[in-house]
Amino acid sequence: MSNRILVATRKGLFMVERQAGDVAGWKVTGCDFVADHVSMVLADPRDKRVYAGLDHGHFGVKMHRRDDGGAWEEIATPAYPEKPEGLEDNDMWGRPIPWSTSKIWALETGGPDEDGLIWCGTLPGGLFRSTDNGASWEIVRSLWDFSRVKKWMGGGADLPGIHSICVDPRNSKRVKVGVSCGGVVTTDDGGTTWDSQISGMRAAYMPPEQAFDPDVQDPHRLVQCRADPDRFWVQHHNGIFRSDNGGTAWEEITEAGPSTFGFAVVVHPSEPDTAWFVPAIKDEKRIPVDGKVVVTRTRDGGRTFETLRNGLPQEHAYDLVFRHALDIDGSGDRLAFGSTTGSLWISEDQGDSWQTVSANLPPVYCVRFG
Amino acid sequence: MVRVVFTPNLQRHIACPPLEVEGTTVREALDAAFADNERARTYVLDDQAALRKHMSVFVNGARIRDRVHLSDAVPENGEIYVLQALSGG
Repeated sequence: MSNRILVATRKGLFMVERQAGDVAGWKVTGCDFVADHVSMVLADPRDKRVYAGLDHGHFGVKMHRRDDGGAWEEIATPAYPEKPEGLEDNDMWGRPIPWSTSKIWALETGGPDEDGLIWCGTLPGGLFRSTDNGASWEIVRSLWDFSRVKKWMGGGADLPGIHSICVDPRNSKRVKVGVSCGGVVTTDDGGTTWDSQISGMRAAYMPPEQAFDPDVQDPHRLVQCRADPDRFWVQHHNGIFRSDNGGTAWEEITEAGPSTFGFAVVVHPSEPDTAWFVPAIKDEKRIPVDGKVVVTRTRDGGRTFETLRNGLPQEHAYDLVFRHALDIDGSGDRLAFGSTTGSLWISEDQGDSWQTVSANLPPVYCVRFG
Repeated sequence: MVRVVFTPNLQRHIACPPLEVEGTTVREALDAAFADNERARTYVLDDQAALRKHMSVFVNGARIRDRVHLSDAVPENGEIYVLQALSGG
């Protein structure tokens, strides 16, 4: 059961902690990197280190790390290799793809047998690996080359990005990444080779004959059930998808309460049929349905959904929840999510009720228990 | 010698005092300026060693033209200003 949440926002990294002796009291207890854009945060349970991806805009992105009980220090930032002179390597508009990290968009630890290993997903689509707790990074060149052969494209940004990294708890060499836009891509050998062949995922924004092309898919967020690692959930640009066979075949969930559009999804760590989403009006609008912030929950694999709203604003609310801004703790009972309007809510009963921690934070990009 | 001055906005992240360096091009001058301050290099130049998108460099008041190779000439006793562009907010 986690008593601390890290909240990465447009203007700093906030610590939120459950107050001892107070049943419902979660409070903001601190802020690091005040006024800085923090795009991603990771609390490593193996050694209690915390990593933060900062975006200084003009000055580029930077990685910071704090040892348990220590001070923040800037560490190496994933950097792309030198682009070969004369290489014609263009995006969908015919412009040269910039070989330079423009966003740190995913941070995950390696498997239990991989001390010191951290994975980092970025825009413009590179995956990086560190084997020394972030002191140095190496691009996974096989996937970088793969991405350009497959012509990944931007989803909500000019450039594609890796936003989800799932390390199979049974086998650390099996890693799956979610890409906007580039689909779901898997390695079974620790990153030497990659495969993007999936079926059933549909892209409504493509011509009909290309709708099921695996390489054009825009999964907004990909999550894996820890206790049943063959079960994956995706909140996609145009719907919800579930896989029961390790992420190869996908089934579309066409009904999910107010909407199947959104950015975030989490799955219960030990109940693969239980997942939560934060719906919004699709696509061109991206605001809560009817001005009501709700969370939807399924407990039967997507056959039925409950709409949860106890403690959430139900009128004139325009909060949007980005893909990394919903999290669930290791017990599966506590959830937290933050919004573009700076609200942060926490539930201790799997979403049946929510406490407002703040309605005045900066726009929230990433929420993580730890 | 040429003088290199960095935007004050950079100072909250990393110390970059003005300094005098040798260099006949912007590249040479910045390489010299970053020789003892490698961290600062990544705040001004991207992974390909080009000028970051929302950074500007002026030589004696004139904006440089070559943002990729930084080949613009710098005269002796010249002054280089490294600033953030408002296009970046």
